[in-house]
Amino acid sequence: MAAIAEAQQPKPKLIYRHPLYVRVAHWLNALCLLALLPSGLQILDAHPAFYWGEASRFAHPFLAIGSAIGPDGAPHGRLQIGAWCFDTTGWLGVSKDADGNAIARAFPASVTLPREHDLGAGRHWHFLFAWIFVINGLLYLASALATRRFARVLLPAAGEMRRIGRSIRDHLRLRSHQGSDTGDYNILQKLSYLAVIFGLLPLMLLTGLTMSPSVDAAAPFLTTLFGGRQSARSIHFLSASGLCIFFVVHIVMVIVTQPLNLLRSMVTGWFRVGDAGAERERAAND
Amino acid sequence: MTERRQFLRQLAAGVSTLALAGCDRLTSSQHMAEVLGFGETFTRLAQDSLLGDGLAKEFPESAISPDFRANGTTAPDSQAYLDHAAAAFSDWSLEISGMVAHPLKLTLAELRAAPARTQITRHDCVEGWSGIAKWRGARLGPLIARAMPHPSARYLVFHCADTLELTLDGTGDYYETIALKDAFHPQTILAYDMNDQPLPVAHGAPVRLRLERKLGYKMAKYVMRIEAVESFADIGRGRGGYWEDRGYDWHGGI
Repeated sequence: MAAIAEAQQPKPKLIYRHPLYVRVAHWLNALCLLALLPSGLQILDAHPAFYWGEASRFAHPFLAIGSAIGPDGAPHGRLQIGAWCFDTTGWLGVSKDADGNAIARAFPASVTLPREHDLGAGRHWHFLFAWIFVINGLLYLASALATRRFARVLLPAAGEMRRIGRSIRDHLRLRSHQGSDTGDYNILQKLSYLAVIFGLLPLMLLTGLTMSPSVDAAAPFLTTLFGGRQSARSIHFLSASGLCIFFVVHIVMVIVTQPLNLLRSMVTGWFRVGDAGAERERAAND
Repeated sequence: MTERRQFLRQLAAGVSTLALAGCDRLTSSQHMAEVLGFGETFTRLAQDSLLGDGLAKEFPESAISPDFRANGTTAPDSQAYLDHAAAAFSDWSLEISGMVAHPLKLTLAELRAAPARTQITRHDCVEGWSGIAKWRGARLGPLIARAMPHPSARYLVFHCADTLELTLDGTGDYYETIALKDAFHPQTILAYDMNDQPLPVAHGAPVRLRLERKLGYKMAKYVMRIEAVESFADIGRGRGGYWEDRGYDWHGGI
């Protein structure tokens, strides 16, 4: 019976979805993200407060993590966002070290690189992977432009924007795999990949460079562009937060649609299209 | 189903723990220190070759920070320093020595009479914060030129009055090194005034180095002696500064 049912469905076919340079760039980027985020938190640990403008107004951060001894005599972590204040003991401000002692630190050891407070080491990790990220990104951009990949794969076609409402509704119902039988990206994928490739990632690099006093002296337009060094530092953090959201949504979308098929296509390049494959994987997931 | 989810969760937790533990071990391993050092070398080469000799941005008086933070040592406690401070540094003098043809000894009055520059600049701490202040000081370039450094001198060592960490061998004393050529950048000054007042003790009295375009830890406070050297391998722990000896990068430009 099962064999007959399968035979009646359209035959799955494999398409070559991701050329080698895209796959290499993708996984190098993933590696860079996994090193840059925790080492970034390690650096942030040295002064977990954000300001707008060129200089810090220490009494007026718009976002800050701190700690104070509470009425119970124990240290309490607090997160301040504008006028709001939250007790974040255990997560932000105060967390447990490897021996289980509560220590005053902006971020728990489990999310910083290295785990113990070490600004110098955090900076070394951050800059090493920043170089890998930049070189990887430039090679990817050059290859993608040379092969017109952005125009072929990522630029929304005319008329596609009009279906954006339906695409959003589909995504909210976790039905985004419907209609992906050609291996093309849907409009929301296209827009979010474009926003990351041409928005968030360049923003990370430029705001990161703007924090360098040496770069600022050589390229003064950078601080003007971002409204000052402290603004650039804040934007660096906010766009990193944006990347985290993208990262989480990206992983969730892979897991709820066709995890094995998508993972394989990003490893080998080959993506299986045709509803049979997708249906089978979805059935296995349910 | 729940078993699979649990397995995936455990797998994710296991992988991330392993990865982080691995990174910690890597950080302390000699091999990784070399790899991380490679990134530092790359950064320094890029700074040296791409960034040129431009001036750091200068600001109007209105941009001066009302809350410029004093970091590191804010009150050196050696008896010699306390005596100098009590006498308003009237008996103090700055020594410029080492690989120079004409060693100098300059009193504060002589420093104030030397070619000077005033600049309102942004100070960027390695921790991430910034402050803007007005600095006035003797330009370091002409002073070093007067001392006539030996052709093989490559660095200037700034020996400071403050001890940040008590150690038996004196490696806890603050010092910094800069490339000799950076002394001749027009904005490199030995600042004796901050915001039109004599430099406060918390900010490095009687003089601190202003090396605009670098991070704050390069700008030694409480400077007592400047020494021209060919190499800083024998000074402190050999990495070119108090904080460099404790893991910060020497170029300090980002």
